[in-house]
Amino acid sequence: MKRIEAIRAVYPRLEGCAVVTIMGAVAAELQSIGHRRNFFYLQHAMGLASSMGLGIALSRPALKVVVFDGDGSLLMNLGGLTTMARYRPGNLLHVVFDNESLLSVGGFPTATSTGSDLAGIASAAGIQRVGTARTVESFRKAFGAALDGGELTTLVAKVEATGPAQFVTDLGLLENRFQFQRWLSAATS
Amino acid sequence: MPVSVTSSQIIFDALKACGVRVISALPETWLVHLIRMAEEDTETILVRLAKEEEGVGISAGAHLAGVKSAMLMQNHGLLASVNGIVSLAQLFRIPLLMVISHRGEFGERDPWQTEGGMVTVPLLDALGIPCERLDDPAGVARQVHKAQTLATAALRPVALLLTRDLMWED
Repeated sequence: MKRIEAIRAVYPRLEGCAVVTIMGAVAAELQSIGHRRNFFYLQHAMGLASSMGLGIALSRPALKVVVFDGDGSLLMNLGGLTTMARYRPGNLLHVVFDNESLLSVGGFPTATSTGSDLAGIASAAGIQRVGTARTVESFRKAFGAALDGGELTTLVAKVEATGPAQFVTDLGLLENRFQFQRWLSAATS
Repeated sequence: MPVSVTSSQIIFDALKACGVRVISALPETWLVHLIRMAEEDTETILVRLAKEEEGVGISAGAHLAGVKSAMLMQNHGLLASVNGIVSLAQLFRIPLLMVISHRGEFGERDPWQTEGGMVTVPLLDALGIPCERLDDPAGVARQVHKAQTLATAALRPVALLLTRDLMWED
């Protein structure tokens, strides 16, 4: 499946959720579908999107939090899986788009291309609910079930190594940051 | 263990007085009492990390979600967190209250702490992070409050260095 099709399939479910994405293709594709004030694009600091999602989820237990992570980013912070598992906030859904490559920086293959299994690692780290989706429809269903399930979930979506031609958008980093903070402060949950 | 319980309590009370509700930590000798106090306090969410850099993400999430936080780490944890500090906290103007045990200063007996001790303050200077040393228990509450106030006003990281004179009783 193409990542953008997977994102499009769950886009309606992002309403009301605090959404944190990694940099590069994921951020650009979500913005191309339509930016909303509840989306924050962590345009650097690879590995920390999941930690940021955990920080929001623990601070605001009544708010649903979705992280769009990637294989390259998650591989930089595998220990973060153990931290998420330790506190297991039921309001955190951790999606990993695994294209087996560092697409945004030249397409070099990551270790998932040679067999490292992020779902297996997440499960062994103690994440309560772990799944792998290979089609848009199975991803849409698993995403919805996880969001409704109330258990910490890592959902790995195996996607093609294709993405947008460029990653810079006209949304300023700080504009996005303050907009997201205002959305969070106004959110009732 | 000659880590000062009294000073640890003063630091913890000062963090609480500032409204800190989330504390991320990675254990080290000087921090043992502080981490235990955070764990036992029902109003504090303690996040035990696998690596200190995660704490930058935790604090960033907490800040945007409206919750005050602090990070407890050794100076080697600061070294391990530099990319997160630069490309999350500084890039996105996130306040961080970093409480750092300053190992490797005069009096250090552990050879493995000595290199980190020598580069800590120069590193903070290079990053443009304001920093103060906590060495007198009587000044701790005021220094912690002032550090937190600046971090929140500037939307930038600040550092408080826990010194041997404050933390160690031998």
